[in-house]
Amino acid sequence: MTRHLPWIVIAMVGAAALSFVALARGEAINALWIVVAAVSCFLVAYRYYALYIARHVMRLDPSRPTPAIRRADGLDYVATDRTVLFGHHFAAIAGAGPLVGPVLAAQMGYLPGTLWIIFGVVLAGAVQDFMVLFISMRRDGKSLGELIRMEMGQTAGTIALFGAFMIMVIILAVLALIVVKALAESPWGMFTVAATVPLALFMGAYTRWIRPGRIGEVSLIGLVGLLAAIVYGQAIAASPVWGPLFTFTPVQLCWILIGYGAVASVLPVWLLLAPRDYLSTFLKIGAIAALAIGIVIMAPPLKMPAVTVFAAGNGPVWAGGLFPFLFITIACGAVSGFHALISSGTTPKLIASEAHAPIIGYGAMLMEAFVAIMALVGASILDPGVYFTMNSPAAVIGKDAASAAAAVTAMGFPITPDLIVQTAKDVGEHTIISRAGGAPTLAVAMAEIFSHVVGGPAMKAFWYHFAILFEALFILTAVDAGTRAGRFMLQDLIALAAPGFKDSKSHAPGIIATALCVAAWGFFLYQGVTDPLGGVNTLWPVFGISNQMLAAIALMLSTAVLFRMKRQRFAWVTMIPTAWLLICTLSAGFLKLFSSDVKVGFLAHAAKFRAAAASGEVLAPAKDMAEMNRIIFNDRIDAGLVAIFLAVVLAILFFTIRTCVAALQAPAPTAREIPPVMVPAE
Amino acid sequence: MSLFLEKLRHAARMMVGMPDYDAYLRHMRDHHPEQEPMDRVQFFRDRQESRYGGKNGGKCC
Repeated sequence: MTRHLPWIVIAMVGAAALSFVALARGEAINALWIVVAAVSCFLVAYRYYALYIARHVMRLDPSRPTPAIRRADGLDYVATDRTVLFGHHFAAIAGAGPLVGPVLAAQMGYLPGTLWIIFGVVLAGAVQDFMVLFISMRRDGKSLGELIRMEMGQTAGTIALFGAFMIMVIILAVLALIVVKALAESPWGMFTVAATVPLALFMGAYTRWIRPGRIGEVSLIGLVGLLAAIVYGQAIAASPVWGPLFTFTPVQLCWILIGYGAVASVLPVWLLLAPRDYLSTFLKIGAIAALAIGIVIMAPPLKMPAVTVFAAGNGPVWAGGLFPFLFITIACGAVSGFHALISSGTTPKLIASEAHAPIIGYGAMLMEAFVAIMALVGASILDPGVYFTMNSPAAVIGKDAASAAAAVTAMGFPITPDLIVQTAKDVGEHTIISRAGGAPTLAVAMAEIFSHVVGGPAMKAFWYHFAILFEALFILTAVDAGTRAGRFMLQDLIALAAPGFKDSKSHAPGIIATALCVAAWGFFLYQGVTDPLGGVNTLWPVFGISNQMLAAIALMLSTAVLFRMKRQRFAWVTMIPTAWLLICTLSAGFLKLFSSDVKVGFLAHAAKFRAAAASGEVLAPAKDMAEMNRIIFNDRIDAGLVAIFLAVVLAILFFTIRTCVAALQAPAPTAREIPPVMVPAE
Repeated sequence: MSLFLEKLRHAARMMVGMPDYDAYLRHMRDHHPEQEPMDRVQFFRDRQESRYGGKNGGKCC
């Protein structure tokens, strides 16, 4: 009993804080209530639920050799210290997703997002990461596609691989879109981000020839360069000569990014990708830690209401009601299918003992949920007027301060044109109107928090551009690394039909696959950039649906494996989150296809434009018939994409049920684990 | 304290996919004494290529 006492106290603190957050009405509550509620819930969930899963569902066996022991090679398979591996895994899973989704979800108020992050991660997200890590760890660290093939058959594996490639394309397009939204018409931001390219090239040359392998040293040099770029960026932006050279429209930036992606992904990795990854990884960890400390020191009150009028749907940031769209808008942070690729990637090859799996698999995901909570807090400490000015599309609120202030005030969030102009001036930007995509909003919030702790209001512009740089840096790294990964996925897929395509000796397949991959995400990026509703509006839900579907696939694999292990008694652990994700994604996908609301349904939107085009009418935002036809074409592509995702997830559901039924009929366990006998390392 | 700093350094390098060179040397000495291990620079380049070559599924959103 006494060993449970501290946990009971934590649980009571968490319950008290959570009910205070949920029930407080009328006056602004302090952000720390949310932080305390989240942290206590996470601690209790780890101590009881994660260990329950470890002991009873998985029956982890610390004496069973992990891949790092069995196949130790000092390179890919290395038994790694638990805390070191935690850092490795966390750095791999945490990216832009947990920072952007919660910011967008804040349009419904802070409460729905907070509750979904806390319950979602405890019951679904962390369970998924943990289960996939467990399954891969017992199978020599094989990847998600291979695991599905092993346990559910060849066809299911190929379908999943295809789904994963499509998801990669959407993720890259959405990430690139966020960068476009953050850097358009922002010479200061553009200069600092552009400066990272020569800086990274220098760092690459340094680690290649001058001081090979000195990662820490070169990262410090890079950091100094980055800070200098932010400081000088202000003067560059203000210069009449240089300022316009670094000012780009969204469409120009879109083409720059597509060109960049194509070139960067065929350069040698040591030249640009690796050094920029050092910068972005360390900056990311540092900024996340600083944000946590900043929130605790500042203890800001939340200005966003707990629940806004937009919880009913029809919000300006993204269309659709709380169910199901909140649950796909916050994907990373609550449950992210992409993590299944990481948990079946390098981590299972590095884990030293099965006993470490709970803290790595479940614990690191809780940490990411904490990042998501901080992003939500960041968006909610801003004046709601500022939040909606930044995140509503120009088609809704216009392009100047007067029209934006009037429109946002009419939404019920009073703001003056002066405040809009002043906020832009404080952070050193020309405008903050319609800077959707989450990154600029979060950057304003981070500038608020950091300048409170260091530097005061005078430092706000510096911190804003620091935050933009930190987000753009790791998004660009992800675009580059993702294009390379997408290329190999595509080569594997094409090789199923044309076996010669996998040949790594000739350059042609690689170049063709890279070009196809860039063209695929470039298409969606261009579509998003030219979308009159801002693109994020259209692409983020598609991204959310695809990411949650991958999560559903990973959880279905986990369910099938539990059945094949003859542990179906415990399969509710994965079946409950699977059911919830299937309900959310299938209904969201269905609405995206067939909703009669033109703001939600792609086909309804296409039909409206087609009817207008047939009668020779041009509907805003299209300016001529060609644009009308492009909008109709884009709608159909988006609808087709959502239909593909639905088909993929339903196919996997079919294979899962078939596998589970077969496993129930089999007299003995059929899961294909590596038997627990010790094989001496080579 | 120095143990803590050593661990921090190890963790930071591991975050960017760079495993411990000394552990690799130990592994080669214990299991493949007949083979010549890669030197520090070769090891660094080999691991860089392996992490970023694209076969690792990239990073998360």
